[in-house]
Amino acid sequence: MLSLALPTRTWAHRIPAGLKLLVLLALSTWLFTIEDPGILLSCLLAVGLMTALLGRAALKQSWRQFKPLWSMLALLLIFHALIEDLATGMIICLKIVTLVQFANLVTMTTPLGSMIALVERLLGPLKALGVPARVIALAMGLVIRFTPTLMQKTAQLQDAWRARSKRRPYWRIIVPLTIAAIDDAEQVADAIRARGGARDR
Amino acid sequence: MAKPSSLERDIALIAMFAALIAALGLLPKVMLATGVPITAQSFGVMLAGAVLGAKRGFLAVLLFVALTVLGLPLLAGGRGGLAVLASPTVGFVIGFPFAALATGFLMEIGKPSAMFMRGVFAAILGGIVVLYGFGIPGMAIRLEKDLLEAAGFALPYLPGDLLKAVLTGAVVASLYRARPGVFAYQRAGR
Repeated sequence: MLSLALPTRTWAHRIPAGLKLLVLLALSTWLFTIEDPGILLSCLLAVGLMTALLGRAALKQSWRQFKPLWSMLALLLIFHALIEDLATGMIICLKIVTLVQFANLVTMTTPLGSMIALVERLLGPLKALGVPARVIALAMGLVIRFTPTLMQKTAQLQDAWRARSKRRPYWRIIVPLTIAAIDDAEQVADAIRARGGARDR
Repeated sequence: MAKPSSLERDIALIAMFAALIAALGLLPKVMLATGVPITAQSFGVMLAGAVLGAKRGFLAVLLFVALTVLGLPLLAGGRGGLAVLASPTVGFVIGFPFAALATGFLMEIGKPSAMFMRGVFAAILGGIVVLYGFGIPGMAIRLEKDLLEAAGFALPYLPGDLLKAVLTGAVVASLYRARPGVFAYQRAGR
């Protein structure tokens, strides 16, 4: 699945993307000035409750997003237990977990299309400065289209390698993968040109 | 393969390399003896800069980072979304485009020669010196540590990143033989 937004509509989907981003920005600035464990703990509880209100799919996905983070947080706690005191380490961990989870909430409840539309809108006023908002939106769409194709190509090359060799493929497929990507890009460029080009008119 | 460069071609290449960085994130992790996994993702950043040059490489990686932050699960391990900005590794993610910029800049200097060595050095400068220059302060701020302690957290990744720089040189040398037209030199010479 190439999106982190939840497929189902929830109460938080109705809040405008711009407002959610603004709240996230405010929270991330404010949270780092707080040292009181009571306030931090209630913030974490509130964020957890909001996630739970979104349903099981949201909880499952949040868990997946956190997986790579645990080892780093554990390291941080051990570091603090040895050097300073455990309490400081726990306060920092609380802040990080709360903030990461609130950011997850915004991502899960804002479809990618709304995000890209927001970017295009925010970049709009910069058009006078030469920022090509339309070209950027086109490029974003292309990446979303290309990524699954290249992932499939990667899997194919790995399979082809395994059929020929007992060793694991690792880096050996990178050159053919990159060449395939470059050749595809040339064809896509021809196709865009044939359909009138990418320039703003 | 000397196709004329054009806006459309640059957009397609930039988008394709952004997608390539994502696809490389799917490659199986290699465990180093130190127990630190190395993923191919920052390798993709080095490669984008080395092949596309400073400007297009920067834009390709910026596009990748922007889409990741906006909600595509493209970082290694399926991470993505705004949470990336809140996590301790935020500095590395922000540093990615600048790493590609520095790598590409070094590749573009002078005439294309000794592509392997050039690629290795460019990748070390961009993918390690510049990238850590962003990543370590980021970790220091998020984890509320001083710079030296944060550097200690980043140290285990160094051997893997050196390996990736060597790999970048090797891939760049092969690509320069196979598809010289995409490299930035060809454009400058026109």
